[in-house]
Amino acid sequence: ITFLTLHFLSSPAIQIRFILIQNRAGKTRLAKWYMQFDDDEKQKLIEEVHAVVTVRDAKHTNFVEVRLYACLSCLQFRNFKIIYRRYAGLYFCICVDVTDNNLAYLEGIHNFVEVLNEYFHNVCELDLVFNFYKVYTVVDEMFLAGEIRETSQTKVLKQLLMLQSLE
Amino acid sequence: MPAVSKGDGMRGLAVFISDIRNCKSKEAEIKRINKELANIRSKFKGDKALDGYSKKKYVCKLLFIFLLGHDIDFGHMEAVNLLSSNKYTEKQIGYLFISVLVNSNSELIRLINNAIKNDLSSRNPTFMCLALHCIANVGSREMAEAFAGEIPRILVAGDTMDSVKQSAALCLLRLYKASPDLVLMGEWTSRVVHLLNDQHMRSILPLPHCLYPLDFNPSPPFLLQIVSSASTDLQDYTYYFVPAPWLSCKLLRLLQCYPPPEDGAVKGRLVECLETILNKAQEPPKSKKVQHSNAKNAILFEAISLIIHYDSEPNLLVRACNQLGQFLQHRETNLRYLALESMCTLASSEFSHEAVKTHIETVINALKTERDVSVRQRAADLLYAMCDRSNAKQIVAEMLSYLETADYSIREEMVLKVAILAEKYAVDYSWYVDTILNLIRIAGDYVSEEVWYRVIQIVINRDDVQGYAAKTVFEALQAPACHENMVKVGGYILGEFGNLIAGDPRSSPLVQFNLLHSKFHLCSVPTRALLLSAYIKFINLFPETKATIQEVLRSDSQIRNSDVELQQRAVEYLKLSSIASTDVLATVLEEMPPFPERESSILAKLKKKKGPGAVTVELEDGKERGELNGGGDRGGDASTPSPSADLLGLRSTAPVSGTTPSAGSLLVDVFSEAGPSATSAGVNDDGFLSSAPPTVASEDPAPPLPESDELLNKFVCKNNGVLFENQLLQIGIKSEYRQNLGRMYLFYGNKTSVQFVSFNTTVSCPGELQSHILQLEPLVEGGAQVQQVINIECLTDFIDAPLLNIKFRYGGALQNISLKLPVTINKFFQPTEMAAADFFQRWKQLSQPQQEAQKIFKASHGMDTEVLKAKLLGLGTALLENVDPNPENYVCAGVIQTKAQQVGCLLRLEPNAQAQVHTHKCILLDSMLIMCHQCKSILNSC
Repeated sequence: ITFLTLHFLSSPAIQIRFILIQNRAGKTRLAKWYMQFDDDEKQKLIEEVHAVVTVRDAKHTNFVEVRLYACLSCLQFRNFKIIYRRYAGLYFCICVDVTDNNLAYLEGIHNFVEVLNEYFHNVCELDLVFNFYKVYTVVDEMFLAGEIRETSQTKVLKQLLMLQSLE
Repeated sequence: MPAVSKGDGMRGLAVFISDIRNCKSKEAEIKRINKELANIRSKFKGDKALDGYSKKKYVCKLLFIFLLGHDIDFGHMEAVNLLSSNKYTEKQIGYLFISVLVNSNSELIRLINNAIKNDLSSRNPTFMCLALHCIANVGSREMAEAFAGEIPRILVAGDTMDSVKQSAALCLLRLYKASPDLVLMGEWTSRVVHLLNDQHMRSILPLPHCLYPLDFNPSPPFLLQIVSSASTDLQDYTYYFVPAPWLSCKLLRLLQCYPPPEDGAVKGRLVECLETILNKAQEPPKSKKVQHSNAKNAILFEAISLIIHYDSEPNLLVRACNQLGQFLQHRETNLRYLALESMCTLASSEFSHEAVKTHIETVINALKTERDVSVRQRAADLLYAMCDRSNAKQIVAEMLSYLETADYSIREEMVLKVAILAEKYAVDYSWYVDTILNLIRIAGDYVSEEVWYRVIQIVINRDDVQGYAAKTVFEALQAPACHENMVKVGGYILGEFGNLIAGDPRSSPLVQFNLLHSKFHLCSVPTRALLLSAYIKFINLFPETKATIQEVLRSDSQIRNSDVELQQRAVEYLKLSSIASTDVLATVLEEMPPFPERESSILAKLKKKKGPGAVTVELEDGKERGELNGGGDRGGDASTPSPSADLLGLRSTAPVSGTTPSAGSLLVDVFSEAGPSATSAGVNDDGFLSSAPPTVASEDPAPPLPESDELLNKFVCKNNGVLFENQLLQIGIKSEYRQNLGRMYLFYGNKTSVQFVSFNTTVSCPGELQSHILQLEPLVEGGAQVQQVINIECLTDFIDAPLLNIKFRYGGALQNISLKLPVTINKFFQPTEMAAADFFQRWKQLSQPQQEAQKIFKASHGMDTEVLKAKLLGLGTALLENVDPNPENYVCAGVIQTKAQQVGCLLRLEPNAQAQVHTHKCILLDSMLIMCHQCKSILNSC
């Protein structure tokens, strides 16, 4: 029965499907996948997200519901939502279930961006390009397995500083 | 804080990246990459052993090339080598490469797992986290096999650092999602609960839902501490003056996995929390930054979700509605959107429905003026949700007028909504007919078959509206350009009821015919086929049109039409009209009989578009089956012919029996030479318009499994557990009951690695129960688990449990399983406390023979006091202590809640020394005996 109880509560648990950072031209600056996709599906998703997000302006909401045909085999044609925010030329996008808390993820993005900004000292797109392998570390500190892992900027930055000091 | 300079540490990498960025063309880039790949390959193959730094640099370059979208087919070994480095930076690049690029290459997996194992046992928290993150990122089955046992150990170990625990918990979640069968928490659960009770922030924050046992209740005091900013160790987690917004959201969401707490004190504190959150929303903001208000409102919306989930606190529901009402006019588009969305669910609660309705003007305004189509969409959803008899005309009118300019992306859905509301709230059916015809006029392209089928069904079933419908449709057809769907409805209705308006010379039979025929050449083949059928009906209704119509049928363009269907109809109709006597003609072409009343398949269509949860009433998926009426259980009864399948035989498919002497037979049947082999009294279950072969016996629901009675007994006292399991499928069940209502969550787990297709479930209830089932997607992926919600209402006393039938195809073979759903009368028990005097007075009052039942049976499992008590409580009654003078006996009392009545019920259990048990119960219902029997089974089970 123990096994079972764990089983039950797992259903609402799947949260972030992927995190994407793209520029206006559609170049991917970071792609973090929390579900199994094959390479074609990933490419298709990247294009779809770019297509829906870049046409929106400041008067629009920061949320778009999308029917993700690309990942038909895993996601069964379901509706998802992309929660995104634009910073200069970069779009930070998180794909979650339609029932997830929009504002919590929207601020999750901002929290992440503030950490990047602090870590890279006024972050710009080039920082993400040249230090792509460090950005992955930052993501893993803050998001893991599709969940929000750590939200305290102080703690994340302290940990990043510690890692930075290691050889 | 450290500012990270460009690619510090790896100059070669930075140079390479710069080179790539400076490439002017795709060709130049590919050339540069190939050069680099050749260089790296030679370094890796070279005689000189590479140092860790170079290896790291080259592996990192390969990774960069891969991320640019190029294939990488070497370097894996070097990356694996980096894993065993002692330097963090080298290890990190190794793990990153593995996480991004590795596939299930068996040899490498063994090496990788080995390295991970070493790091997990290294006691170096940094290395442990790297290894855990790698597992969490890859999440493959091989990794689950290797580490599912190890990670819980790390999670609960006393000396593990908090940050490592965080990673371990999430890692476990990922493995659990990927391979639930391998993650067996078993012995660890109690220690995990211990972790949860540790109020320290870091350990509770990341724990995924799956680790929370069912009986764990996230503690309201802790939540209260956070929301009222009373906790001091949250400073690090304060975000723009809001204490721990993500943690608060998480706790509030977690609470939504549980029913409302039964303990009054706990519930009181929860309500206090929710009130505090609502109060805070009214306080002046501590900052003008949008981050502040977003974080605050994230919590507010989550709290409102919880309030809606409980749906039991009218005061909170109304306050939530008022708060959202303020947001409806907020300048932030996000807030307007979320308020509309959240209000949609509030509209379905009886406590807040009226409060939501007061915002109708604002919402209509949003539908008209919002710039973002998704906000307009939410406004339309909300109008749909708040619609009732009092405002239906206004809402339908607004939606119709909005349709004229609506975005293409939402038109079809709007059309469905209008059609549903018009039908649901039609008081006078002429309004309904007008609405639907308007719908076709305004948005004909978006009017699906279901919609125009439905209007025809309703017109046929209601004779008070037939004349009006004929007149209106005749007028609509006069428009110079009218939509093909209008022609279809027109053809059908005039063919049936044209006679009702034929008295008026302006719509004489010939005028009607000419009007219809003037559209003929503009229409597609199915519509032409329908019109031909209307013509033959005209010949019956109006003999004076016979010559004209025969001439049309005889023309080359009909009788020699290249389309087989049209040609056949023309030939057959012509023949019929020339040889059949008036009587035969009148019989064959008689008015369609009323359609059996079923719920609308339009709803099913809307649901399919919107996904579960968007529509209140859910039905079977009628679209694919091409049925008009959604229902799947069309009876095999010759006395109720089923003309619903194919209005006019638009497509030639297996017809019903040609011998059925019913007036309602389809036109095409009359002509079918030698009835197809499938003809029988039964009507094809598969829907006539589907291309599927005729049904075979196995498509009928299977008889319930022999063990299902036993299963039923197993669940008499408990609400959760595994209902069914075989090699393919596991069905878990979790249910909750309140008064006469029950909600059941079924969890279908596909245990195979192959997807189940055509997955379909149905519930058949005895008349005393009513059920609503939310349909699932027809695909269940290998290893996936899907959840289905069934709502049950107990109308009155019942005996038979509902049957659940599950059908799906696994590798082509049809699986067909029937089970009894564990709904027994005792689920609707409300425990009642009473004093001894009270109890015995009532006991004596219930003295009629039919008010009493008694059973003597052997207790096969002994009579441990605690076990017996637990079982009696599980039954749902209150166990009354110190009531019976004999301390050996147990007495219980409860009230069975049904919609029709509430029935008090008393029970006495008299164990005796020979391990015999007596039960007495006093109750007024037939189910008493069943209860008695159940009681025995319960006490004897497990």
